[in-house]
Amino acid sequence: MNTITESLSLAVALVARFDPHLVDIVTLSLRVSLTATALAAVIGLPLGAAIAVGRFPGRPPLIVVLNAMMGLPPVVVGLLVYLLLSRAGPLGSFGLLFTPSAMVIAQTILITPIIAALTRQIVADAWAEYREQLTSLGAGTGRAAMTLLWDTRFSLATVLLAGFGRAIAEVGAVMIVGGNIEGVTRVMTTTIALETSKGDLPLALGLGLVLIAIVLLLNAGAQVTRGWAKARFG
Amino acid sequence: MNRRSFLAVLVFALAQALPVNAEDKFIVVASTTSTEQSGLFGYLLPIFEKDTGIKVRVVALGTGQALDLARRGDADVAFVHDTAAEEKFIAEGNGVKRFPVMYNDFVLIGPKSDPAKIAGGKDILAAMVKIQEAQAPFASRGDNSGTHAAELRYWKDAGVDLAAKKGPWYRDTGSGMGPTLNTASSMNAYVLADRGTWLSFKNRGDLTVLVEGDKRLFNQYGVMLVNPARHPHVKADLGQQFVDWVISPRGQEAIAGYKIGGKQLFFPNAKS
Amino acid sequence: MGDSESGLPIRLRQVAAAPGGVPVLSGIDLVLEAGGRTVLLGPNGAGKSTLLRVLHGLILPSAGLITWGPHARRPGGQAMVFQRPVMLRRSAFANIRYALDLAGIRGREADTRIAEALDEVGLRALAARSARVLSGGEQQKLAFARVWALRPEIVFLDEPTASLDPAAARSVEKIIIDIHARGTTIVMTTHNLVQAKRLADDIIFLHAGRLTERTPAPEFFAQPRSVDAAAFLEGERL
Repeated sequence: MNTITESLSLAVALVARFDPHLVDIVTLSLRVSLTATALAAVIGLPLGAAIAVGRFPGRPPLIVVLNAMMGLPPVVVGLLVYLLLSRAGPLGSFGLLFTPSAMVIAQTILITPIIAALTRQIVADAWAEYREQLTSLGAGTGRAAMTLLWDTRFSLATVLLAGFGRAIAEVGAVMIVGGNIEGVTRVMTTTIALETSKGDLPLALGLGLVLIAIVLLLNAGAQVTRGWAKARFG
Repeated sequence: MNRRSFLAVLVFALAQALPVNAEDKFIVVASTTSTEQSGLFGYLLPIFEKDTGIKVRVVALGTGQALDLARRGDADVAFVHDTAAEEKFIAEGNGVKRFPVMYNDFVLIGPKSDPAKIAGGKDILAAMVKIQEAQAPFASRGDNSGTHAAELRYWKDAGVDLAAKKGPWYRDTGSGMGPTLNTASSMNAYVLADRGTWLSFKNRGDLTVLVEGDKRLFNQYGVMLVNPARHPHVKADLGQQFVDWVISPRGQEAIAGYKIGGKQLFFPNAKS
Repeated sequence: MGDSESGLPIRLRQVAAAPGGVPVLSGIDLVLEAGGRTVLLGPNGAGKSTLLRVLHGLILPSAGLITWGPHARRPGGQAMVFQRPVMLRRSAFANIRYALDLAGIRGREADTRIAEALDEVGLRALAARSARVLSGGEQQKLAFARVWALRPEIVFLDEPTASLDPAAARSVEKIIIDIHARGTTIVMTTHNLVQAKRLADDIIFLHAGRLTERTPAPEFFAQPRSVDAAAFLEGERL
């Protein structure tokens, strides 16, 4: 219990004085994970909608694979991206390894399946409700997919939040492709890992509590927005 | 929220990616967790940057992993502590030249209760034998690091056939110095560590230094520029500046200047 | 688009339909001309809703041939109202605008039509309200406003007043008559015989997936030609 109370006071102290180190680390974490979420959304939302609404051979097994990929282990993704971006690898000449861009790439790969699979489920449910009406009005598959994406936007916001949560909480991928370089690629989770390995448990736990607080805040904000939206739009 | 504002947010988010200033001069140095976690780099590198304007990005891994990184051309310089592995690295043509830089020492750490009765000893090999005979818990790095390589050398030199004598007392953690110390602390096990990491380690539990000072515990660090002939993109000029600085009187003095609790951790020996 | 030619009359030749693999309709021969108010009647499971959807091109025949005027595939100029309205998560106004956009009508022309349509159904005051928070009756009227704005050649109605209260149902019946008066062909299913008597000029009676009889409405209700229809009317009267 001592470690936990120590961590709590450490966490409060760090936040209260806007410790510049902490601010840098939090800012980088947010930039990397938010960018990854945005990219994953650009890919995953249309992909999920297309699979939900489209009819093509191999669709059922594709859905199974997509759902399975939600469980991609971050450390495996990290390893694969590392091999791709390493100088000895196919994309080495871009010099992306050990930069925040590499971290964004790895996290995007990690969460795109989550966003696509959950979008597919949500849009498919909406499609079941809207299919006859949209077909009657003359909407083609592409138009229908876009319309449904917009119509289910509040549920999809939850999906994006889930993707973001997964990204900002993972350490396996960003550790390998980022290298946890001080001032360059050190994020909250890799710092926690580092402080833990240095035996500085209160600091590590303190940072962990800050991370949880940030995620809680974002989720609470999203919940409030959804409540308002439900009342307004039905 | 309408479609336009959603798109605006998206574009803003994408624009945040992320190029770090291309203007900065920087090199990537593959090094070990012991140099980083001891705080040496935190002390040394700002001095180097002030002198040369070059930023150093340190990727801290175990020696084996660090050399592997350098082998793939993902680092410009390697700074590790396993002389045999470093010489092999040069012989393979992956590095230009190896320079000794500094040494620190290993210490044998264990619980105050000391079941193997090795406290105060000056002979590392004898201590290892006693641990094995007592079947006292021992935490090993098991991660291909310089420290791990040293540990295996000591078992071998002490005449202990580890493969045969390994048992539940020998805990292969497969992790870095910090995590291994954490494990040793919670299991009250013996563990071989570099002094630097030990001095800055905070989760000691019942552990303390039991054996130190044996000349064999001396741990040599070397620095090598990754071979630009093999990896043309390597920042040979900037990397060479780092190598030159670290073995120069200025760099060596800086290394000696790093202390924890008034104790010097690393002893420069580039000249020898 | 080639759609500029009328999609009427709709011709069915020996059409069978088996949606989801379940056989529902068989041997349907039918020519649906422009201008009428046709009501499909029959017991539960007879295939009325299926036939409606086949006519609207939502279900493809499993056998036989269907053409809309000269077209082999369903052209534009058709609309459908379902028993339960399906509205998008946007304002009443925007829902109609969406439908018009799909039909290629935009800008000022669209705005005019939407205002006119909302007036026709008495929903002008709710134009900016989000469609899905409206009551069931209001949403169904909005569905009719959508049809009004589209000015289709033909509209299919699947039990359009079944989930409405009597006042709303009467409102909707008036709208149906107005739509027809403007030149749109009506094809409708209903369980409500009194409603059928009020609205229909032509009855198609289905029984067990077959088109048993097609008779002008007054004649049908006075004396249907088929035994099944007679039994049906008798049963409904009880």
